[in-house]
Amino acid sequence: MDKYETFTGIAAPLPQINVDTDMIIPKQFLKTIKRTGLGVNLFDEMRYDDNGAEIPSFVLNQPAYREAEILIAGENFGCGSSREHAPWAIRDFGIRCIVAPSYADIFYNNCFKNGILPIVLPQEQVDILMADAEKGANARMTVDLEAQEITASDGQVFRFELDSFKKHCLLNGLDDIALTLEKGPSIDAFEARAGLERPWV
Amino acid sequence: MSPKTLYDKIWDAHVAHEAEDGTSLLYIDRHLVHEVTSPQAFEGLRLANRKVRAPEKTIAVPDHNVPTTDDRVNGITNEESRIQVEALDRNAKDFGIHYYPVSDIRQGIVHIIGPEQGWTLPGMTIVCGDSHTATHGAFGALAHGIGTSEVEHVLATQTLIQKKSKNMKVEITGKLGPGVTAKDITLSVIGKTGTAGGTGYVIEYCGEAIRSLSMEGRMTVCNMAIEGGARAGLIAPDEKTFEYIKGRPHAPKGAQWEAAMAWWQTLYSDDDAHWDKVVTIRGEDIAPVVTWGTSPEDVLPITAEVPDPESFQGGKVQGARRALDYMGLKPGTKLSDIEIDTVFIGSCTNGRIEDLRAAAAVLKGKKIAVKRAMVVPGSGLVRAQAEEEGLADIFREAGFEWRLAGCSMCLAMNPDQLSPGERCAATSNRNFEGRQGRGGRTHLMSPQMAAAAAITGRLTDVREMMAPAPEPA
Ligand code: SF4
Repeated sequence: MDKYETFTGIAAPLPQINVDTDMIIPKQFLKTIKRTGLGVNLFDEMRYDDNGAEIPSFVLNQPAYREAEILIAGENFGCGSSREHAPWAIRDFGIRCIVAPSYADIFYNNCFKNGILPIVLPQEQVDILMADAEKGANARMTVDLEAQEITASDGQVFRFELDSFKKHCLLNGLDDIALTLEKGPSIDAFEARAGLERPWV
Repeated sequence: MSPKTLYDKIWDAHVAHEAEDGTSLLYIDRHLVHEVTSPQAFEGLRLANRKVRAPEKTIAVPDHNVPTTDDRVNGITNEESRIQVEALDRNAKDFGIHYYPVSDIRQGIVHIIGPEQGWTLPGMTIVCGDSHTATHGAFGALAHGIGTSEVEHVLATQTLIQKKSKNMKVEITGKLGPGVTAKDITLSVIGKTGTAGGTGYVIEYCGEAIRSLSMEGRMTVCNMAIEGGARAGLIAPDEKTFEYIKGRPHAPKGAQWEAAMAWWQTLYSDDDAHWDKVVTIRGEDIAPVVTWGTSPEDVLPITAEVPDPESFQGGKVQGARRALDYMGLKPGTKLSDIEIDTVFIGSCTNGRIEDLRAAAAVLKGKKIAVKRAMVVPGSGLVRAQAEEEGLADIFREAGFEWRLAGCSMCLAMNPDQLSPGERCAATSNRNFEGRQGRGGRTHLMSPQMAAAAAITGRLTDVREMMAPAPEPA
């Protein structure tokens, strides 16, 4: 995974609560055995009509937001299934950062594994960024993971919190599995101990 | 020692490494795998030249994509589905993990066959690339869904990088009324706490009404912990749990059983344990419920009316407007006046033998008044048992299709789908837009309520169809 560098990009507004993983990527696209290529199907049922033609009113179909790299959304974003196809589709579309008041647990974790920063901010601050995003392509925001800040187009700075380990991995593009394998001896020791204590497992 | 919750005890017994900031490596006792969320994980292992660390603790089954019609013995016609199932066939073989192929009578929905085969045991940590892994919490196991990157992580290391969640207690006191089931409990809890009410928590369900449930019912309750936003749902094991497990193919035997029992009996929350959040609901206050919208929190007693979006607050106003528009419903309509086209009985929420018995009891000697109705047993063994008990005949005579095991119309990845505008009474767990097919409209409910709806052709209070004397609990 690439390092997560500071960037400035267009933010798309999606003022809707409980955006679930079935909306983000409907099940017919889960049949792939690859991680890539899902971006064209992101938000498929909101984005295309029954004949596969774009629905012009959907935010990501509007000229101003086609190149969006940030998504501003409502509470409980990403609820529903554990499908990692959801963050794969979001990242494949080009979105690298989401801002919402809250996320579903599994989706939130999945984002970090795929180079997406899910920022949590209080509703009032999300509302300000939502209004900013409504301004279109001229309203570009800056995301600085290192400093834990997102800057709106008018220069207003919002600080966000996140877990230090998750931040470290995302910032440096680290592979979790390699990190864990370094702790091999701890896992071996645990297995030996648990094997004695709970031999039936 | 300081008092602990059940979650604390299981957590403490599985930490293989803990960093200063609390980030822990949690050891995983059982890893369940299905065809949709695993191909990329196995591919990752191959690319990095890694092995499955504990193949003996890894169990795979195809369920999401498999057709449920009799002709599936001839192979899967949808090419993408077939490729995905074949990839699992190959991965299971190459990496040497336990496997139940489509042709095996033990095949079924991963969360149904885990307990059925005795893989699921109290005090275990269990994960699967599937959010409804919470089901296994009914046995007092810490069980939750993970993404595909984490599937790969568990395959390679048998651990998961985790931070501990907070403790939440959901107590259901007293007794349930007639016609009220485990499904009504779990939906009512979500109706009360909201779909994000459990975010950041592991829920332990307790109280007399929970204790009175069978293991099947407890699985139904824990299954939907995820719809309430929780990482996992748990129920402390008791005699019913041990009785259910005993003699199952992969349950411990002999001296191992005795040793296991000695530990299992310590798996409960201490009296003075600390809870970060407590929710209490009286069992007597729970009615048979249905969902009216497109989120599992959109739940009301069957005796209620479709709500007015303006009666909500904040983002919910817009959400409810959108939901009613999608569902084609008007505020003030009696829920019991809503006509339906289709009935789906099955899924990991309500596809077990007890669910089929409950639905069959309502359907016996009756005919359906809907366009189509199907029963999809949760596993090949559930199906076989239902045939032996004569339930299959009751369903067939009523006009139901009697299918083979799989996820089927719960998520409609296989050919079992709703068409646009089609309205379905379903025993599954998600009523999201498009979940059961593009434009399809889903009302969630218990198997009894789904059976009642099949008979009348509209959402129906099952209590009206029951004999006046309340059933024994
Ligand atoms: S039955 Fe439905 S909820 Fe359960 S595992 Fe299958 S698709 Fe998921």
